[in-house]
Amino acid sequence: MKEKVLDIIAAYKGVDAADIPTDKPFNDIGLDSLDVAELVMQIEDACGVEIDITPELNCIDKLVEYIESK
Amino acid sequence: MGLKIIGTGCGLPGKIVTNNDLAAIMDTSDEWISQRTGIRQRRILSGSETLLELSAEAAAGALQDAGASPEEIDLLIVTTVGGDYKTPSMSCLLAGELGINCITLDINMACCGFVYALNAANAYLGADMAKKILIVSAEALSRLTDWTDRSTCVLFGDAAAAVVLEQADSAPVFSMELRGKDGWEHLHAARGTDNCPFNDFENNGFLRMDGQDIYKFAVSSITARIHEILNTCSLSIDDIDTVLLHQANLRIIKGAVTRFGSPEKFPHNIENYGNTSSASVPLLLHETKDRFRPGDKLILCAFGAGLASAACLLKW
Repeated sequence: MKEKVLDIIAAYKGVDAADIPTDKPFNDIGLDSLDVAELVMQIEDACGVEIDITPELNCIDKLVEYIESK
Repeated sequence: MGLKIIGTGCGLPGKIVTNNDLAAIMDTSDEWISQRTGIRQRRILSGSETLLELSAEAAAGALQDAGASPEEIDLLIVTTVGGDYKTPSMSCLLAGELGINCITLDINMACCGFVYALNAANAYLGADMAKKILIVSAEALSRLTDWTDRSTCVLFGDAAAAVVLEQADSAPVFSMELRGKDGWEHLHAARGTDNCPFNDFENNGFLRMDGQDIYKFAVSSITARIHEILNTCSLSIDDIDTVLLHQANLRIIKGAVTRFGSPEKFPHNIENYGNTSSASVPLLLHETKDRFRPGDKLILCAFGAGLASAACLLKW
């Protein structure tokens, strides 16, 4: 799941997935709130889950953990 | 029976407020606003300007463009979140200003107001209850905006835009959805506190918006409304000449383009006006109509408070 999410984010940012830190806040890796909303929509479509965006989901690791718990 | 747009017009406040103007009075910057919204400037009512004046200017322009006189109008619809007065309605005031005597309606469907007005107008024209209809979408969101909230006050602008419709053979196709209780609180403005001694309601009356939730709602609604119209008509996006989206945020428009492709079919003018609620679609129509050819298929699509979304396929 983490690989899938990372691939989507890497494609969106146009960077290599390996270069994206997964434990840093989205804002620190150059993703503002609307970037996150757009990515969440793409991840929802790709993974077949509904994601309720909350302040706690502030990095890739926590997002993946949330998706895997669904 | 269907409808045809035979004239358009607009009325804009004289005052242009740039992002740098805002940066001079609050903690923001041109870079921050333009990167997150695509907005460079907006028009704001100032001094003694009224929304009625903008509405009258837009209406006069549309009537002139249509070659129609005020006496020919059988129905006047104004779409607005809030006019100059709580009562009389904007449509009553505007009818008086234009010197016309016909049925008037105000529609408050926020950013979807213009498409809802088209839907109502289509029913009147189809029932032969009107031959010509004037729709004026007029918004003064600067009056609803919390100017101490830098995350929302940079988004909105004031404007009026109008169209004249007449009966035609080509019937428009609508796709409309109201989510009801599902998420309306993400975008709302409560009424302001009154002085009634028998209730304890308190609210400053300002517009509140949850950006991420509204982004998701907006992009998913645009996608759903357009797909529904295309499926109903057995068309693909390739068959559509122009899609006029409600101008709320350039990022939302880009989100729609990501899903449909063909960015050239999605014109935008949010750079110059910000989000003008129900006025945004007819204002964009007015500014881009020179590119339309007779018979072009247009989709007009809006989304906003309600949460509501509405789209209309019509032939130019």
